Amino acid sequence: MKQEFTISLFSENHIGILSRITLILTRRQINIKSITASESAVPGVQMLTMVVRTTPEMVEKVARQIEKVVDVLKVFVHTSSEIICQEMALYKVTTRGLMSGSMIGDIVRKHHARILEVTPEYIVVEKSGSGAEIKELLALLKPCGVLQFVSSGRVAVTRQVKELNAYLREMDEARGARQETLEFYN
Amino acid sequence: MPGANGSEASATKAAAAEVTGAEALLKSLVEEGVDTIFGYPGGAIMPVYDKLLDYSDSLRHILTRHEQGAAHAAQGYAMVTGKPGVCFATSGPGATNLVTGIANAYLDSVPVVFITAQVTSRLIGTDAFQETDILGISMPVTKWNAQVKNAAEIPDTVARAFYIARTGRPGPVLVDISKDAQLESMTFRYRKCTFIRSYNPVNHLISRDIESAAVMINHAERPMILAGHGVIISGAVEELKTLAEKGGIPVAVTLLGIPAFSHDHRLFAGMLGMHGNYAPNVLTNRADLIIAAGMRFDDRVTGNLKKYAPQARVIHIEIDMAEIDKNVRADLGINGDVREVLTAMLPQIRERKREEWIREFRILDRTEHEKVIKPETEPEKGDLKMGEVVKAVSEIAGSNAVVVTDVGQHQMAVARYYRFTDSNTLVTSGGMGTMGFGLPAVLGAATGSTGRQVIAFIGDGGFQMTLQELGTIMQYRIPVKIVILNNNFLGMVRQWQEMFFNSRYASTEMVNPDFVTLASAYGITARKITSREDLKPVAAEMLGSEGPFILVAEVSRTANILPMVEPGASVSEVTLTYNSKS
Repeated sequence: MKQEFTISLFSENHIGILSRITLILTRRQINIKSITASESAVPGVQMLTMVVRTTPEMVEKVARQIEKVVDVLKVFVHTSSEIICQEMALYKVTTRGLMSGSMIGDIVRKHHARILEVTPEYIVVEKSGSGAEIKELLALLKPCGVLQFVSSGRVAVTRQVKELNAYLREMDEARGARQETLEFYN
Repeated sequence: MPGANGSEASATKAAAAEVTGAEALLKSLVEEGVDTIFGYPGGAIMPVYDKLLDYSDSLRHILTRHEQGAAHAAQGYAMVTGKPGVCFATSGPGATNLVTGIANAYLDSVPVVFITAQVTSRLIGTDAFQETDILGISMPVTKWNAQVKNAAEIPDTVARAFYIARTGRPGPVLVDISKDAQLESMTFRYRKCTFIRSYNPVNHLISRDIESAAVMINHAERPMILAGHGVIISGAVEELKTLAEKGGIPVAVTLLGIPAFSHDHRLFAGMLGMHGNYAPNVLTNRADLIIAAGMRFDDRVTGNLKKYAPQARVIHIEIDMAEIDKNVRADLGINGDVREVLTAMLPQIRERKREEWIREFRILDRTEHEKVIKPETEPEKGDLKMGEVVKAVSEIAGSNAVVVTDVGQHQMAVARYYRFTDSNTLVTSGGMGTMGFGLPAVLGAATGSTGRQVIAFIGDGGFQMTLQELGTIMQYRIPVKIVILNNNFLGMVRQWQEMFFNSRYASTEMVNPDFVTLASAYGITARKITSREDLKPVAAEMLGSEGPFILVAEVSRTANILPMVEPGASVSEVTLTYNSKS
């Protein structure tokens, strides 16, 4: 059964890394629903968050293939329940449409949106939330005349406590331990 | 910048000296112990070739007749020496001509460092003359690649390339160097790369896994080892033998794992897969434990996955984590170097004989011998058979001879009928199945193995895909022995047409040149044989000759390679006979 997964990965910030990763997904005909690249908490390490829809077996396989890429440090795969995630959207709406009812109050109070800019022609509204919440607000604004709509990819943090630094440390320790094992057997 | 995050400084050598980027590249290769380069010059790489003249004492350059040839030759060299092969090509078409060779090395896990030249950096991205995005093109078929636009980055990038190519699961890497970087001056200092933060080539063993594996092996009644290329790459041939002997476990091999276990050993079970041996295919589905070592359960090995090894638990020992559970789900996946894993495991393996189980192999072996092997290798009448030619050469050649093949029916004949007893003796194109691989690969293999007999078996189709490399063999007097198994057909495709396409031979029949005359144009001794009586004397003449030699064997036009696991069938449904309809 196909379901939604969030692939979070940490990599070196080298040119071409994104191509290498998307190639792996393309080969398996997995569509990327959203992708976000940003700096991570570890200096010099970039974080990519991708949302894909596929089977649990397939996501496991591609995650291993992605982790194999030389410049990739670590890959995590999560289902929606294992992460806290947000998306952000901007709505550019006609001022006339938006001012006509009691919409403004609703938008701010019920939908926790913000007004970024007001001009005689248009008003820009900003909202963060889940994909569903963002769509809900879009549907609400539609009758007022939406001039532009844009939403970001998903950003997510995990519920687990162990952080990337701990994995990096473990890798270093494993390397040391392996050296000792080798010396023992040789 | 490469090296900025991790390349630990070690063995700082060579006092600072001002050199050009081109010279820095050559110095870096010397630092990595390179002695041979296969390549082809062109506009953008001219600064490198110019400096190469000054390094002819330490770096031997073999000029092939096509960049694809250089790529395959570098792979052949790498496979016999165990060192990364090195290949040069210029920008644009030079670089794109490498792609088949890069992909071939990638699928067969062979370390080759490809150096391509790129147009001057300010022109990159402008569709300049002979500019191509080789970084983008080679991305899916390289383990790693990088572009260098400053001379100062050349040594660290080359160091990184070699480290990545040869460690972990080996593979091809590509470094693209712009022409201005080749000409720019820099201060040369070389630091070997020993560590990259984001790259963990070999996983640390978990002792609990080793113990579990030993328990599973000790308790199995019908265990079987499947040995792949990884056994040879990791140098685990001795450990594999000890494991087999101690546990009384039959060893089956994949195509690239063929020389991992001596064919003379009583526990040798034969080759797996589509045209493999009868017993290991049938008994895969009888086994209660599969110990897969350094192999990746390719579809040519497993046949129909739904009906694969239904009674067996699977232990998968593999250095590449992405291969574990990829095709066959492992009950116990051990992510590590085969030699390290087997070494750790051996003390815990109980001595067992398992004679009953081994007898099952012998019984099926006898059936296969009767129905397939004997008629193929010891026919008394009719046309020459590929099998008998391979067997005749195998019996005369020394056990340490290097055998190279191309792709197709003759390749399967070699895999089945050549008796391999030493490791590092087979160079073939496995995963990619690249026709045209054989001739350039054999010249590369011969360049890397002085004092050993180097023999290639090539079909008439594959030979003509890269036959221009006869020029390279001529120019450098490379003493290769080439057996052309000529059936005037693209034999394997013809076989499939006969079996699955109603004998409709669409574009598989070949009108060939006279290969003996062709060889003479290159000054290479050649003999054609058509009869059984000539086979052994001419094979002996070939192997006794000094220089290059071509033996053209005119074999049966329409013989089929059997047994066969037909597409979609289970390995246990392997068929021994096929009644020709035509």
